[in-house]
Amino acid sequence: MTAQPLGLDDVRSRTFPFPRRHFISAVDLNRVQATELLDLADGFVALNRQKAKKLDLLKGRTLMNLFFENSTRTQSSFELAGKRLGADVVNMSASSSSMSKGETLIDTAVTLNAMKPDMVVVRHPSSGAAALLAQKVDGSVINAGDGQHEHPTQALLDALSMRRAFGHIDGLTVAICGDVLHSRVARSNVLMLQCLGARVRLVGPPTLMPTGAERWGADVFHDLSDGIAGADVVMMLRLQLERMTGALVPSTREYFRFYGLDRAKLAHAAPGARVMHPGPMNRGVEIDSDVADDLKISLIQDQVEMGVAARMAVLTALAARLDNT
Amino acid sequence: MNPTATRPLALINARLVDPASGYDGPGAVRIAGGLIEDVIQGAAPEGVSGDSEIIDCRGAMLAPGLVDLRVKTGEPGAETKETLESAARAAAAGGVTSIVVQPDTDPVVDEASVVDFILRRARDIGLVRVHAAGAATQGLQGQRMAEIGLMREAGAVYVTDVDRPIVDSLVMRRVLTYAGGFGALVAHRPADPYLSAGAAATEGEFAGRMGLRGVTAMAERIMLERDLALAELTGARLLVDQISSAQALDSLARAKARGVKVWASVSINHLSFNEIDIGDYRTFYKLTPPLRCEDDRQAVIEALASGLIDVVVSAHAPAPAEDKRLPFDEAAPGAIGLETLLPALLSLYHDQRASLVDLIAAVTVKPAQLLGLNAGRLAKGAAADLVLCDIDAPIVVDANRLMSRSKNSPFDGRSLQGKMLLTLVGGRVVHRG
Repeated sequence: MTAQPLGLDDVRSRTFPFPRRHFISAVDLNRVQATELLDLADGFVALNRQKAKKLDLLKGRTLMNLFFENSTRTQSSFELAGKRLGADVVNMSASSSSMSKGETLIDTAVTLNAMKPDMVVVRHPSSGAAALLAQKVDGSVINAGDGQHEHPTQALLDALSMRRAFGHIDGLTVAICGDVLHSRVARSNVLMLQCLGARVRLVGPPTLMPTGAERWGADVFHDLSDGIAGADVVMMLRLQLERMTGALVPSTREYFRFYGLDRAKLAHAAPGARVMHPGPMNRGVEIDSDVADDLKISLIQDQVEMGVAARMAVLTALAARLDNT
Repeated sequence: MNPTATRPLALINARLVDPASGYDGPGAVRIAGGLIEDVIQGAAPEGVSGDSEIIDCRGAMLAPGLVDLRVKTGEPGAETKETLESAARAAAAGGVTSIVVQPDTDPVVDEASVVDFILRRARDIGLVRVHAAGAATQGLQGQRMAEIGLMREAGAVYVTDVDRPIVDSLVMRRVLTYAGGFGALVAHRPADPYLSAGAAATEGEFAGRMGLRGVTAMAERIMLERDLALAELTGARLLVDQISSAQALDSLARAKARGVKVWASVSINHLSFNEIDIGDYRTFYKLTPPLRCEDDRQAVIEALASGLIDVVVSAHAPAPAEDKRLPFDEAAPGAIGLETLLPALLSLYHDQRASLVDLIAAVTVKPAQLLGLNAGRLAKGAAADLVLCDIDAPIVVDANRLMSRSKNSPFDGRSLQGKMLLTLVGGRVVHRG
């Protein structure tokens, strides 16, 4: 199902103030608010497909991208979202910032805050860094990934991709597979998808499953075929090789044998099941190219497109909130 | 300096709590020449005071001054965190009259000259009695034994590598064996270093949801079992530093039943908080060992009440704002605690979890006996180190008003009961609330 083409007036009529000043966690949204954001994002998808993409909803606003970890897609996604809404966008990355000169995150925050950004998008390798930054910034802080904690806009864009593919999220069975332990995407998706009525499963080797995951309200599986049996959506996670501090899995080839998604394993999923991946993919480690590149199955390209729209919706709603305060 | 140092003093109408004798009831104490001249249990008879200055306690608790076995300062080497003087002031304000400072300074207290330096500085400052613990291994590196005998001669009251577990079992065995020859006490915090590497919290549902790297509480028991076996093998005296998990308590109970010479301390933080207090990544609750689950907290409270745990420590660990206002996994661990130790401990009395005598014993006579200090009791001829505290008076902790140079108190903003009225060291008033 694709949304009806919408004009700017439609988008304006759907704008609503974000429930909080910051967007740190998927729990910042309840079901009604998440649905409203998805509706708003649908409008932006339509606009993004037109030739004239530029709007003035954020005219005069400054968006600061503060990335302490390298990221191509998330940073450019936020940059495009900000620019298409008419905001001024400033990008700062760890290598060029004074963080590499020993300045603390708080000092950086205080310094940047003095430049009066309306919104700060932050990615940081430490869990809780976005919440810490939010204490010292007058504008809105958007968590673009804090350590192994959360990545809420990714969950929103994943929900948007699913809703557009299936027409609904309520009642879907979603299997999140792979390195759940180190994945902020998994944590945000569990919260967001459960909030929107999906049944969530977590699938992965026991060494990559967080202690207590069985109490997240999701069913935990250690066998990929069992875990994706009958699932509508199979969401593969990146095997975060750079985060591995020890030997959590013996080798990538053993990992692919048991936890890599190929067509044979995918056959256990529900007919018409779709495959997702937050990117960047390790082809031949957690996902076979044959599956990843099959546009009848894969939603991976849609996810990237939806990322811009979902972030435009978040920025618009946060700006509406700023207006009110 | 202070006129009360020389003039006889009588503290009357007090609620005397003397764990050494098990007495908890009305009474009075008379002080002369820095010593307790007399302890009168029961209603004070007429003329008890003679020509002394009289302080009417109005029913407030008069107890031996507290003995805190685990206090970190930043002196020498990191005086911005805490100096011996600021720590002594904090201790006096908290009714703590004897402190044992930890050897993880810069330079490390691993030779007699540094022990000397600390004790000399402490004498110049006065205020409270400062004792030093020496390092168990040179530079706290866990490889070669420090000069345990010479440090002991210089006054070190026990040896410890503080937060760093001695990984090499052979080194630990030799430290225990060698120290045992002097009858010296060895304190060791049990934590398997491999399981706990890089951990900022206790492994479990909470840490998992928050994306914090956790260490299983079992890491404490694993190392403790080794330590207990080595203590049994060597016959040395072992203090289990800051026990915090239910599983480790089982091991401790078994070893005590077998007659192993082992004692255990718990920090006031692990009696007061659980991992959920970390909440939204509050770094003041980042501690070593990390805060545990509520079941563990209940278990250590019960073990304290039953006497399985012998000693309560403040685990005073000053950390300035720049070390704490960081993302959780980058922040320094530790919390200050000297000034809140007694009120926080009294919570267990007000919650009817333990008797007042048993609680006070764990911060007075028991730690004093463990180190062989002449402190922690209300007895004729003992040093007049006393604390007078209105144990029912409500207080709200305001970290900014604490005496410590660092303000990293996990009790900041909390309501407690226990207002410190007077602290005496050697009969001299060192704090008046």
